[in-house]
Amino acid sequence: MLKIFEPNRIFLITSKAPKYVFALFILVLSVGLVEALILSPEDYKQSHSVRIMYVHVPSAWISLGIFSSITFLSLSGYIFKNKNFFLIAKSLAPSGLVFNIVALVTGSIWGKPTWGTWWAWDARITSMLILAIFYLLYLIAWRIYEDKDQVLKITTLITILGIINIPIIKYSVDWWNTLHQPASINILSKSSIHSSMLLPLIIMTAAFALFSLLIFLMKYNTELIKLKNKGLDRL
Amino acid sequence: MYGRKVKLRFFFILLVLSVLILSVFLVLKSLEENVVYFKSPSEVKMIKELNDKKIRIGGMVKKESVEMLKNEINFIITDLKNEIKVTYSGVIPNLFSEGKGVVAEGFLKDRNFFQASKILAKHDENYMPPEVKASLKEK
Repeated sequence: MLKIFEPNRIFLITSKAPKYVFALFILVLSVGLVEALILSPEDYKQSHSVRIMYVHVPSAWISLGIFSSITFLSLSGYIFKNKNFFLIAKSLAPSGLVFNIVALVTGSIWGKPTWGTWWAWDARITSMLILAIFYLLYLIAWRIYEDKDQVLKITTLITILGIINIPIIKYSVDWWNTLHQPASINILSKSSIHSSMLLPLIIMTAAFALFSLLIFLMKYNTELIKLKNKGLDRL
Repeated sequence: MYGRKVKLRFFFILLVLSVLILSVFLVLKSLEENVVYFKSPSEVKMIKELNDKKIRIGGMVKKESVEMLKNEINFIITDLKNEIKVTYSGVIPNLFSEGKGVVAEGFLKDRNFFQASKILAKHDENYMPPEVKASLKEK
């Protein structure tokens, strides 16, 4: 079972794929930026500052998505005792943290002209900050624990604790009064964002996802090289 | 298909997760008072004891209620059931306008009167180009 997870075959993919992913990323990003900055219309209320949203929202989505994936992988790794899952999770984390910070910073830049404040301790923003702290904890744990078995346990524990935060982030704007507006894009009901603004948002999300994939492949490749060099620590 | 130990670990994780979710839910439920960023006018009416603590109230700026004076601005925050008069002097955000969301931070003088020290505009979830907005208005 799981033949595709054999280290040598993965290594072949992770060492060759990045350049193609990079080319695709540049392509999609350029199209996305042209759409977001030039072709898409300004908003009726916030005029040009709506364009910050095309970076803010994809970043937030991706950081949530990556944390969920990390948790899923860590738990699967724990249940099936598969170390490879942990390595994939570890390699995903840095881009998740980066996009989390990007979401916080762009949100702050958007908040100043729109709300009139850089920062508010409302439920959505605070829970997003907590997610960033969990990302940091997760990455620090990988750095400081030398013992392999210990680090797997600690990082899994961090993801279990952190995953509770994900639905809180998602639903904070519906459960409580928050300064942050509720979601504009709904799968089940009609979205309250105009289609001309939805298009750049989707392209930018694809671009950021490709960027995460690129960083992931490079990180994961490094992990595999480390394993090869050690020779002891088999998957 | 999977061994007994795999199943055991799976159910252990499920147990841990459900206990965590339950405890976080209970904590948030009991802290709800502090989690909400602002109170609506109706919630303000239900406050039993007024104190000097700084609070935030939020809702919609009532249409045709904004009154610009020399150094201050007066308006009414409404949630369509109850309303509160707000007075404020200072910078107002660009997006502050009648019929739109607003959050005011400051002190409650009585149940109907609020002295704001800071005004934040609340943006709604609607995004559309100006032309679409104009055509919506015509309808």
